[in-house]
Parts: sequence; C-alpha cells; structure tokens
Amino acid sequence: MSKKPSAATERPSEPGLDKANAALAPANASLSAEGKIELYRLMVRIRRFEERSLRAYQSKKIGGFLHLYIGQEAVAVGCCSLMGENDHVITAYRDHGHAIAVGMELNPLMAELYGKVTGCSKGKGGSMHFFDPSRNYWGGHGIVGGQVPLGTGLAYGLKYKGLKGACMTFMGDGAVNQGAVHEAYNLAALWNLPVVFVIENNGYSMGTSQARSSAGELAKRAEGYGMKWGVCDGHNLYEVRAFMDHFLKDARDNHRPSVVEIRTYRYRGHSVADPDNTYRAKAEIEEYRRTKDPIQVFQNLLLEEKVLTEAQVEKIDTEARTEADVSADFAEASPFPTAADLQKDVYWESDNPSQRKSEGRLFFN
Amino acid sequence: MPILQYREAIRQALAEELTRDPNVVVLGEEVAQFHGAYKVTEGLLEKFGPQRIVDTPISEAGFIGMGIGASMLGVRPVIELMFWSFYSVAFDQILNNAANVRYMSGGQIHCPIVIRGPANGGTNVGATHSHTPENVLANHPGVKVVVPCTPYDAKGLLKSAIRDNDPVMFLENTILYGDRGEVPDTDYVIPLGKADVKREGTDLTIVSYGRPVIQSLAAANLLQQEHNISVEIVDLRSIRPLDIETVLASVRKTHRVLIVEEQKPFCGVGAQIAYMIQSEAFDELDAPIARLCTIDSPAIYSPPVEAEQLPNPQRILQAVIDLMD
Repeated sequence: MSKKPSAATERPSEPGLDKANAALAPANASLSAEGKIELYRLMVRIRRFEERSLRAYQSKKIGGFLHLYIGQEAVAVGCCSLMGENDHVITAYRDHGHAIAVGMELNPLMAELYGKVTGCSKGKGGSMHFFDPSRNYWGGHGIVGGQVPLGTGLAYGLKYKGLKGACMTFMGDGAVNQGAVHEAYNLAALWNLPVVFVIENNGYSMGTSQARSSAGELAKRAEGYGMKWGVCDGHNLYEVRAFMDHFLKDARDNHRPSVVEIRTYRYRGHSVADPDNTYRAKAEIEEYRRTKDPIQVFQNLLLEEKVLTEAQVEKIDTEARTEADVSADFAEASPFPTAADLQKDVYWESDNPSQRKSEGRLFFN
Repeated sequence: MPILQYREAIRQALAEELTRDPNVVVLGEEVAQFHGAYKVTEGLLEKFGPQRIVDTPISEAGFIGMGIGASMLGVRPVIELMFWSFYSVAFDQILNNAANVRYMSGGQIHCPIVIRGPANGGTNVGATHSHTPENVLANHPGVKVVVPCTPYDAKGLLKSAIRDNDPVMFLENTILYGDRGEVPDTDYVIPLGKADVKREGTDLTIVSYGRPVIQSLAAANLLQQEHNISVEIVDLRSIRPLDIETVLASVRKTHRVLIVEEQKPFCGVGAQIAYMIQSEAFDELDAPIARLCTIDSPAIYSPPVEAEQLPNPQRILQAVIDLMD
C-alpha cells in the first residue's frame, strides 16, 4: 500500500484545531439548523451530480477528461461556505465541487460536460473549465499550478481596489512542486496579499503518491516565504470551516497570506480514464469510505445534534438524485454549439463590435 | 512639434494613461527604483508612487500570472518584460491563461493587460536574449500583437493597447529606444490593426514591421539614388489584428513584394503575409513573393556575424535588386 498522508510530523506555525469542539468554533456556532442542513445538502448534491456525470461519461455523452471530486466534498463546501461578498475562489481542473459550492446551478454544469451551448462556458471549456465570475468563481484551470499566480492576482486586485476580501487559491498536492506556485507564494508574502493557498491533499498527484513525489511537509514550505501555515483534516465539515475561518479572517483583516493543507481523499481515479489499479490498494479506498466519508461524517453529526432526521436524509438524497437526473436531461436536450460559435468569446472586441476601436483582421481563416 | 526618443514616447504614453485611469499599474523588473533597465520608466515612480509603479522580483511566471489575475478584476496592468525572450518562463500564464480564459469561460472574463518590452537581436547578447516571438504570440487567438518602429507610433499604439480590453503583447526594440522623432504631447491614439505606408513608391513593395522598417527606409533611399528603384514601404505596426488591406493596395500598385522581418523564416509572420497576398492578389504579382529574414540559426553572439545574420540595409538592398531582375 502506498504511504497515506500522515499527521503532520512537524508543528505548523498556527495552533491546531480543537477537534473535539470544532462544532462550537465561532464559524460553526453561528450556523442555524437550516444552514447546517444546506451545507449537508450541498455535499450530497455535489456527489450525486458527479455520480450522474460518471454514468453519462460511461455512456459516451461526455468527452475528454472527467476529474471527479467524490470523497473531497467537505473541503470545497467547508471553504466556500465561508465566503463573504469580496471573497474569491479559483481552483484547478477538479473543479465541479467548488462550482456547486459557490452556488452554480447543476443544469449549466452538466450541459458544459456534455459540450452543449447551454453550458456554463457555452460548451467551450468542458469539465476542467467551469467559471462563474458573478459568484466570484474564477475557474476551473487545466494546467497544474497555473491558476495559482492568477489567484494571487485576484488578491492583488482586491488589495489594489481597497476591497476587504480574500482569494482562496486551491491546488492539489501534486501542484506544490510547480515553479509557478512558488513564484506566487513569494509575491503573496512579499506584498502581503490577501490570499489563502489551499492545498487539497488527496494523497496522490495523479497516480504517484505524496511520498513518491514531494519532499517534506507540503504546507511547511510556506515558512521559506515567511508565511504562516496549517494542516487540517478534510473529512469533517466543521473542522474545515473552523480551520479556514482563522486563515481567511487574517487574510481579509490583516492582508496576511497563508498556506494551508487540507487532508482529504478521492475515491475515484485521477480522472475517469485512470483505471486506478496500480498505485493504491482497494482496501485503502474502502477504509476511507467506511470511516471518513465527509457526507457520512457530517450526516452522523447532524443526526446526533438532532438537526437532521433519517427521513430528511432520505429526502435530501432523493432530491439530489432527481436534480442530477434533471440536469442530465437538460444537457441531453440542449443543442451543441455550432461552428459559427467557434470564433465568439475569443476577443472582447470582436464580441462587442460597436465598441471596437482596433481595425484589421482578428481572425485568419 | 516636440522631438522625443522612442523610450520617451513610451514613457509619455504610460504617464498619460496612468494619469487618465487609476486602474493602470506598471509592474516589472527594475521599473521603479532603478528607473527601468532601458530607462523607459524613468521618473514614473517619483510621479505616481509605489502603488502604481511596482518593482517585481525576477519571477516572470509569477508576476505576469498575477497581473492576468488582477486584470480579471478590472486592474489594468502594464507589465514590462526586461526582454521578451523571458516570456518563455511565463508561457503558460500568457498563452494558456491570458489567451484562453475568455474563451474557456464562454466570454465571461476578459483580461485588459499589456505585456511590453524589447524583442530583438542585434545587441550581441546571444541566443537566449534575442528572441522575436511575435509569430508564436500571434499564433494564439485571444491575444493581440503590436510592433511599433517609430516614437510616434510607439506612443499612439501603446495608449491604444492600454485602453484595449484584450491582452496586448507590445514588442519594442532596444536598438530603437534612442531613436528620435516627432511626438505630439497631445492625447492621440493609433488604432491597433492599422498599417502605415512609411514610404511611397512605385516599383516594389516592402512589407515589414519593427526595426527592419527603419533599415528598409535606409535601403530604399540608396535604391532610389543609386539604382533608380522606387520602393514603397508598408509598416504593419500590428501583427494581430492585421491590416492586410493596406498591404494588398500596395501590391496592386507595385506588383512586386519583398517581406522583411527580424524573424527566423520557418513559420514566421512573413509566411502568413505571403500566403494572404498570393491568396487575395495572385493576379497582381509580376514575380514570386520574396522574403528576407534573420538567417536560420540561433542568434549568434559574435558581433560582426550577428549583424550579417539579421536583416540590414545591405541585405535588403540586394534582395530588392534580385527581385527587380
């Protein structure tokens, strides 16, 4: 069995969570019963959406890559549920969970996977490139680590414009070895930018385990840039929220950037194309699913709190399955873009011809 | 009319746009305290302060990517590359992120960013510092590419570039920074995508951009005086968008074309221009289209040989004579 992410062997710069009392942390104590149920529902919706998309992929309705987030739901929902008006999110190609967590509807997301014109990117982006700037969601980026300077720039923009907010810049554990990530760390620390770099550590950079790809503690690399860092488990939504709340506030209030590692797990292969039979044992997946599944963990907590009943659990699940099915129907019924759409959305100027100031040919056919 | 250096014209464009729009920021290596590696940004820090004129570390992928991210939020960064040759370490940021993000988001995002700096050989700095990537850049739908050769054009085009809502790659030339020319101190702009006939002639058209335009003008004067050949020179000024109509109008007048570019020949800008001319004005041509490029090897250091490797007035003169035969 490959080495699983272990507990931090070195002490993070920030104090650890009081795990036993995470539910009572300020970020969670302020949640209403309805609020908790909505967070639970978000995770279930993400999972059912992705399971439905997997079936569509298997029946060849979806092309290209499909990087599923199943198992990691508490990370995106925990983090994104803390967003204020001027907080922003950017992530890599495993982006479905964040898109739903920031409030995007399932229909345009599924339609995007189907390559339809009703997709959130009009069928031009695909699975790896979901965007919704109206919800401060800046994608959805396909190149490992390439989005990290962009997230730093969003934070720069916030600070330049005098807005009190932060940019959560997500990346996977495989991204931490990319040069652009380190360049972004340096700029964020050098200029005190309001950014929280979130390493979603699912243990594997594609099919290579953390132990075989990254030296040292992932988030501790922040120390080299004088940034603070922390490590948190990602399967308990309360813990994710309590943990992230601390770093987000410091970014917003004090322009202090940080690097956090949230330890999570994906049940599926790197992408659907990954047969997932070479680099980890099935038992490892089963163990996580059995003991740490983020939806099950939060469901148990809410049942214990008597916030949720078994009947509600059933109802939420049924509704989520129906919603996912409806989104697939919507996607199926939607038209594809046409060749005439190929050269739209390339240049702002050609999309806004009445405001065009340049002359000459922009396209060469 | 005031006479300014090319670098001063760029500085004036920056200063005017910094004054006009509080969202404009200038970032780059040594642009502030050091006053710019080529003194293009001299005095801007003192005038606009450290929030607007920002020294960056040597970290092109980082600060260009950061600028792209900031532009998505409405900041209008003008980023200086000390050499355009260094774009290669930021290739992913420029050509995956800036070029594609509008498309991949279905038109929800635009990136009003300008990346500017010199892209030329001729200063004996060897192969790593002498790249002319306008062809590579222009191969990517989503970006615009501008190459000014005079102080007047540099100012007017840079002001347009800064006001443009798409990412604009602005390629200057270290050898031209000291060139002088008339530059109005008024708020004028030159639209991107508008070529300029830099010299009228009747026998042959040279299509060029950047420093080879200046060299072609020198060659054209000799050709007129010593060989009685009348050369028309079309300066593209902008590669994408491209004003092919002005080129075609000149071809219809002279019927002979020499394309001169400081590019390697293979897949260079001139290849595209030649294709378009033969495609759209084949019957107007009295001779095959000729190209004069940088000789096809990495940029050599050895100073006298580098001068031979690049286009120069002597090579241009000979190419015109050959084409007139």
